[in-house]
Amino acid sequence: MEFSRLFVIIVSSIFINNFVIVRFLGLCPYIGVSKKLDSALGMGMAVIFVMTMASTITWLIYNFLLNPATSIFGFDLTFLRTITFILSIAVLVQFVEMVIKKTVPTLYKALGIYLPLITTNCAVLGVSILNINENYNFLESIVNGISAGIGFTLVLLLMAGIRQRLEFANVPKSLKGMPIAFIVAGCMALAFLGFSGLKI
Amino acid sequence: MKAFGELTKGIIKENPVFVMALGLCPTLAVSTSVNDAIGMGAAATFVLLSSNIFISLLKNFIPNKIRIPCYILVIASFVTMVDMVMHAYVPSLHKSLGIFIPLIVVNCIILGRAEAFASKNNVGKSILDAIGMGIGFTLAIVIIAVIREFLGSGTIYNISILPASYKPMIVAILPPGAFFTIALLMGLINLIKNKKHKSGE
Repeated sequence: MEFSRLFVIIVSSIFINNFVIVRFLGLCPYIGVSKKLDSALGMGMAVIFVMTMASTITWLIYNFLLNPATSIFGFDLTFLRTITFILSIAVLVQFVEMVIKKTVPTLYKALGIYLPLITTNCAVLGVSILNINENYNFLESIVNGISAGIGFTLVLLLMAGIRQRLEFANVPKSLKGMPIAFIVAGCMALAFLGFSGLKI
Repeated sequence: MKAFGELTKGIIKENPVFVMALGLCPTLAVSTSVNDAIGMGAAATFVLLSSNIFISLLKNFIPNKIRIPCYILVIASFVTMVDMVMHAYVPSLHKSLGIFIPLIVVNCIILGRAEAFASKNNVGKSILDAIGMGIGFTLAIVIIAVIREFLGSGTIYNISILPASYKPMIVAILPPGAFFTIALLMGLINLIKNKKHKSGE
């Protein structure tokens, strides 16, 4: 029972409601960092990691500090949700950056420049808020965070693969660069619409 | 004259969406109807204006090293205000914009203007800059919404334009329509630019 609910969340976050091309979250890195496959992979890994951590921490903050029904204070502080979430994500990203720099320098070299960008990636704040809106429990929130990150990485890698080939394609002059990337994204969104027929 | 330039640069020459490609997520997500688009544009413009004013007033007090968290804190306070006001007075709009109201916090236009403009200029200029950029953003999102709503449901601002026999092109209000619309609009802008460039030579 529990496992089937988790499975639904995984499939829905990766395919049916893909964060980038169905929910339109995290478009800036999707268009900005998808020019090369290896940098796309680095960005994707960093996002999976931060999204998982962020879902965990924001769920704990919301349920133990803000939500009046379960909070240790008993006050209704839900109006502070946006501020506390974005601040904890900013702190988290900074912290992760420092830890990785000290402990795994090779990983830091690979992810380094992408980490600061993630604070303003709306997909991370988006997944935290969605976890609360959908009333997910602790485990479901973590699973949703991981699968949202995987979904992001999946479409980022697909896009990077296509754009590397587009470099050599004969594209009309006015459509070069950003416009053709959006057309590719549109085709990808058409393909992902097929998943919306899945009934699980 | 110079002040006028600060105001108008955000609308066309440095349009945040079409030229600088900032704030794409809300632009594509809430442009399914003109009504939502205007609401989103107004909310973002208000946050942009207030955060630009406050940040340019506080720019001498904010330590350089922690400026980004400080900016985010200022922006998040105004977003919370907008969120609560909209929830109280326009609940239906609040519901249809949904998650994208709290996400104004991470709209790159607002943080971008705070970092690139308000932290370096005085209050007057920052206000003009914010209004110009806000109008530019609203204009872009409304243009996309007009196209998508017209094709997708045959209406503009909930007023029927096309006869009932028109079969709506549903794909326009689904996600792919958003990508195709912005791609073609950007392409059109490039085309005009290229033409101008050629005739200028």
